[in-house]
Amino acid sequence: MSEKRVLTPDDVRRATTRMAHEIIERNQGLDGVALVGIQTGGVWLAADLGAEIARIDDAIPVGSIDASLYRDDIGLRPVSPAAVSDIGFEVDGATIVLVDDVLFTGRTVRAALDALGDYGRPKSVQLAVLVDRGHRELPIRPDFIGKNLPTSGDENVSVTADGVVIS
Amino acid sequence: MSANRDLRGHAGGGAMSRSLLSIDELGHAGVQRILELADTMAEVNRRPNPKVPALRGKTVCSVFFEDSTRTRLSFETAAKRLSADTMTFAVSQSSLNKGESLRDTIETIAAMGVDAFVIRHASAGAPWLVDNWTNASVVNAGDGWHSHPTQGLLDAYTVRTALNRPDGFDGLRVAIVGDIKHSRVARSTTAAFKALGADVTWVAPRTLVPPTVHEHCVDDLDAVLTEGVDVLYMLRMQHERMTEALVPNLREYTARFGLTPERAARLDPQTLVMHPGPINRGVEIAVDPTELPGAVITQQVANGIAVRMAVLFDCLAAHQDPTSDLERPELS
Repeated sequence: MSEKRVLTPDDVRRATTRMAHEIIERNQGLDGVALVGIQTGGVWLAADLGAEIARIDDAIPVGSIDASLYRDDIGLRPVSPAAVSDIGFEVDGATIVLVDDVLFTGRTVRAALDALGDYGRPKSVQLAVLVDRGHRELPIRPDFIGKNLPTSGDENVSVTADGVVIS
Repeated sequence: MSANRDLRGHAGGGAMSRSLLSIDELGHAGVQRILELADTMAEVNRRPNPKVPALRGKTVCSVFFEDSTRTRLSFETAAKRLSADTMTFAVSQSSLNKGESLRDTIETIAAMGVDAFVIRHASAGAPWLVDNWTNASVVNAGDGWHSHPTQGLLDAYTVRTALNRPDGFDGLRVAIVGDIKHSRVARSTTAAFKALGADVTWVAPRTLVPPTVHEHCVDDLDAVLTEGVDVLYMLRMQHERMTEALVPNLREYTARFGLTPERAARLDPQTLVMHPGPINRGVEIAVDPTELPGAVITQQVANGIAVRMAVLFDCLAAHQDPTSDLERPELS
């Protein structure tokens, strides 16, 4: 299968900046807003978004969550946590923006929502993804999208330092 | 596929499930994998509601042929925090008293739909037999004098977190003191420390050393302390060894191999003091352990839950056994 680069690193940077603006605009400021990156791909994106938001407006808390223990395919495929969840702020009453690199079936986001609920009851949860590649299996929809990318189900979308690659 | 096979748990697909029988079978990579997983489980345990849905729908059955309160409670707590269902097979009330064989007992329980057995038995090797009889995962919770792998893992995890050594124990000096011969804890903890690169010294009276020794073994605790150790691991002295005349009397044992106030005063405050519990106060530890700056004995108990959660998740979340290609003796 051939490799095709669909976003360059510059495209990724511009998309991140735009999403940072959208997050600020949607929330009419940043009061009570925090970013939570989903392990593993969402963590660097949450950090980049957090840095952009701090540059544009004000610093907000950034955390990470590993949803492996909440997945619905444990035992069906190898599942193993990649890193320890790190949420060093109050989730109760906060507006949490979940961040992931690629949105596909929606099952990881579903697991992350359950995991987040064990840290508290957020006022609301929004979803930011760099790439929405379609093929949802659950009623989950992103609020902030870097790029809509039509793919076939058997293609592999990876986000690397060289940008976004379909193979 | 024989009809009988269908009775062996519901691991399904004929695939062997993953079991934890000894540290040796885990190796360096396996020990590291479990300890990293334990970091995730420890984070779950720090939450106000320490429970995750990871093993929903799985059933874990403890089968203890030897008395144990803390290990059994630790495993059951671990299983519950992962949302598994737990069953306890109380040997004293069982049909074993009516003459049922171990194999029939295991196969009967397995037929009720058990995904994992946690087994303790006075005979070395019993968990390997059970693993051959069932498709369910088997976790060895202590077999005779032989092996107690989750104790070894929780000891390694305690040192890893207390000294912040996530990458391994290269150069770490560990002294394990006491009745090595009869101690499955000594064997498994030694194996776990060595798998991570530590240097382990056994300190024991000659009568309490196994007939074949592969470790560095001495009988002078004061010399070891003078050289300096990073971890001082005191084993439980079992009173029944007295009647076997393996030590002259407990007072002399304490004088030569116990952590007395004099030795505690000489100890570097950085030295970790460990004990598998329950402590014989005044025998192997003759000071108040809460007054030792390096004592991590209560952390060992707390870490036991996180490590056993990691072990159960590692066994039950794996969709196949990576070690199933290994040659295991065919026992029937």
